[in-house]
Amino acid sequence: MFDPIFIKVLIGTLLLAASSSVVGAFSFLKGESLVGDAIAHALLPGVVLAFILGDGRNPLFLIFGALVAGLIAHYGISFLEQRTKLKADTAISLVLSTFFGFGIMLLSAVQRTGLGQQAGLERFLLGKAAAITLFDLYVFAALAVVLLVSVAVFFKGFQLMTFNEDFAAAIGLPVQVIRFVFTILTVLAVTVGIQSVGVVLMAALLITPAAAARSWTSSLRFMLVLSAVFAAVAALMGTVVSASLPKMPTGPWIVLGLGGIAIISLLFAPEKGWIARRKRAKGNQLKTQRENLLKLLYGAEEREGETVAMTSDMIVAMRRQHLDGLRKTLRSLKKEYLLVERPDGFALTDKGRSEGRRVVRLHRLWELYLTERLGMAADHIHPQAETMEHIITPEIEALIVKELGNPEVDPHQSPIPYEED
Amino acid sequence: MTPTLAIALTAVFTAVSCALLGAFLVLRKMTMVGDAISHAVLPGIAVAYWLSQSRASLWMFLGAAAVGVFATVVIEVLRKKLKVQSDASIGMTFTTLFALGVILITFWSDSVDLDQECVLYGEIAYVPFNVWSAGDLNMGPIALWSSGLLLLAVLGYIFVGYKGLKMSSFNEDYAAVLGISVAAWNLSLMAMVSFATVVSFESVGAILVVALLVVPAATAYLLVEKLHHLLLVAAFFALVAALGGYACSRWMDTSIAGTIATLLGVQFLMVLLYQQLILKRNHHAVA
Repeated sequence: MFDPIFIKVLIGTLLLAASSSVVGAFSFLKGESLVGDAIAHALLPGVVLAFILGDGRNPLFLIFGALVAGLIAHYGISFLEQRTKLKADTAISLVLSTFFGFGIMLLSAVQRTGLGQQAGLERFLLGKAAAITLFDLYVFAALAVVLLVSVAVFFKGFQLMTFNEDFAAAIGLPVQVIRFVFTILTVLAVTVGIQSVGVVLMAALLITPAAAARSWTSSLRFMLVLSAVFAAVAALMGTVVSASLPKMPTGPWIVLGLGGIAIISLLFAPEKGWIARRKRAKGNQLKTQRENLLKLLYGAEEREGETVAMTSDMIVAMRRQHLDGLRKTLRSLKKEYLLVERPDGFALTDKGRSEGRRVVRLHRLWELYLTERLGMAADHIHPQAETMEHIITPEIEALIVKELGNPEVDPHQSPIPYEED
Repeated sequence: MTPTLAIALTAVFTAVSCALLGAFLVLRKMTMVGDAISHAVLPGIAVAYWLSQSRASLWMFLGAAAVGVFATVVIEVLRKKLKVQSDASIGMTFTTLFALGVILITFWSDSVDLDQECVLYGEIAYVPFNVWSAGDLNMGPIALWSSGLLLLAVLGYIFVGYKGLKMSSFNEDYAAVLGISVAAWNLSLMAMVSFATVVSFESVGAILVVALLVVPAATAYLLVEKLHHLLLVAAFFALVAALGGYACSRWMDTSIAGTIATLLGVQFLMVLLYQQLILKRNHHAVA
């Protein structure tokens, strides 16, 4: 299995997958990933026509055919979107399916002559890296290197085009030129990519590594590198499996590998992964519940003018909160000595009182800010303040206090409790 | 029944059913979801073939329809829970499921009478050979029965659900006010699309189903405004392309499915040219 030819094929495939996924990452970020899918399907007639009309064994002809078909498909989609009442999704799937159907028709005509089998045109459908000749491989690997270099050269332009096209135009960048270069690169990336995954599954190579990489980082550079790495790992897996099982095409295994990487990334990535976000949401929820409880006790003390203890039953009745959730909140407050448990219930410690006072203060400051500065009616401000009291940071608090000139009372004439020094 | 007639009828039934459902997909801007479902049902079909060792079983249709709906749910979960943008979640879902399907089929290629070519192009030319025999009685090709049933089911679905489908396609908010559940119509439409995909799949292959779903409806969409006109005109284009495509493919000896799709494309181009040149010029003349 590890003969020199296999190693060459392997390296070539890794390069193909990595380079097309890097270009794909830009179209992913632009929200145009499915255009890449359409272009991939549309390459089929171009490749087959190049085979019929030109020299079927020369990869340069195939690349040329693919380029022409891809450009026609790309501009066809733009035309339909802009000049007819068809919506983007219809334009994409229309071009995709009719071009592909035309390609299948041509392919069936070529196959009847028996030449198609020889040329290995089948490999364009689902990818069969092992069927690539070494000469093909060198050509496509060279193209892959060109792609990577072009992305590096045009990085700044692509970045601006992707995130803020108007700004790019305003600072005098030749947006039309950049966009044209990007279109050419996309078509070439698809041409390169279909050598390993085939036209049907090409979309995965453009989308999935980028979607997976996105959940690990916010930096564009790092995301591109990571997409390339993910695509290469999946390509490695696909090529090895396809080489060891005789009838197995490469594409599906690469795609399945990418799918696995994407699921792991989307679930487990730190910060942006689903589990991390869940945890953060849970943490915020607990914080909110803790602060609301401290606020409740502080408010009671304010009314009574003395330390108040409440049993959990009393709190449940007042807050309409589930007993289980409340117990958890109470436990966490007790652990940090914000509350003490006494025979007659739970009461604030000094630390807890100061925290409760802070929440009440933020609530009242925000209510005042809404009425004073945003001109809202006093009976509409409570719900907003309920949210903001958990969000406002000490820095923002200081700004609000300064802006309102150290106010004494809120719109409902309740005193704003500052910390006694 | 002659083989030619059997193939032609199967093609027409399939094409018209897909075109009718496709009209709603085009209106709802959901053609890519239809595309995704047509790819995604493949693993369901592979498992069902493997379990039942036969094609065209009721369980297969139900199983594949379930996988189609499952794909719709996965796309929603990716979008809402995992925060993947909607086009990317469609692309990821269908490619992964389709890849899984191709792998299963290749693994079971000895025991399952299904191969990669069938998946990609369909085998409508073999329709006359798979006959359904009840005892000694030859009941005719199975695909003819299933595509006929599909057409009846689609017509019944549209007849019964016309109002709900119409309302939820044009104005979701208004539909909601009238007490029409947009989500329910969405899911039932996706189930019908999955069902149509499974039935059409044997005849025209997974990818060309998309052509049948999208192109006739898009062509009609350029010409007419009203929903019932859209349905009629789309069905008409599908009918013409199915018959014309079959005739052309016999004449040129090419893939039937590929030729039908090509003809659909040609129809669209002609209508587009007509619309761009004639209608636009008249419009300018009036202005």
